[in-house]
Amino acid sequence: MALYEHIFLARQDVSPQQVEEMVANMTGVLTAGGGKITKNEYWGLKSLSYRIKKNRKAHYSLLNIDAPAAAVAEMERQMRINEDILRFMTVRVDELEEGPSAMMQKRDRDDDRGDRPGGPRGDRGGFDRGDRRPRRF
Amino acid sequence: MAIKDLTTTQARRPFQRRRKTCPFSGPNAPKIDYKDVRLLSRYVSERGKIVPSRITAVSALKQRELARAIKRARFIGIMPYAVQ
Repeated sequence: MALYEHIFLARQDVSPQQVEEMVANMTGVLTAGGGKITKNEYWGLKSLSYRIKKNRKAHYSLLNIDAPAAAVAEMERQMRINEDILRFMTVRVDELEEGPSAMMQKRDRDDDRGDRPGGPRGDRGGFDRGDRRPRRF
Repeated sequence: MAIKDLTTTQARRPFQRRRKTCPFSGPNAPKIDYKDVRLLSRYVSERGKIVPSRITAVSALKQRELARAIKRARFIGIMPYAVQ
């Protein structure tokens, strides 16, 4: 069976319990098709970077899936019908990552990254751009 | 006097530039992940555009991977397509 990471965005006015129900429904569809969900991560209500179907916020959920393609296709078909789901993305991966994803462990990772060269405005220690002003894009 | 100061500062900084290395190659390099907004946001400009690898020194292979990750992050709404 193939491994997938699946992220879906549920409408803002939906309650976290309803999101759980959606996940339960999807689990049902997948198990019926002979697959299983190995991890279920709820990221909470996050604000979107841009409006999606007139929404500024959405409930994010990440699922790690081990299922045959047919089961995933069926689950996606049902998600397209559900109007509470703004958007979803299924990515096939070679291996599913264990433990919390980058989104959940953000805070503790800030510290050990302090010495790394920063972004466009950060400390440029590692890059050699000394006397030149950064180009603007 | 002033001219002498100028030459010394220039001698300290000759024309050859320090060789840049790819931040995603080598040991304990971070893994490119579309869910890691903190990491990805370092490789986009203030306008939200992907910064060319000639500036960030990311290798060609990793730049492709990085671009793919940024595009995925944009699609799921955790990164902007454009900042006005």
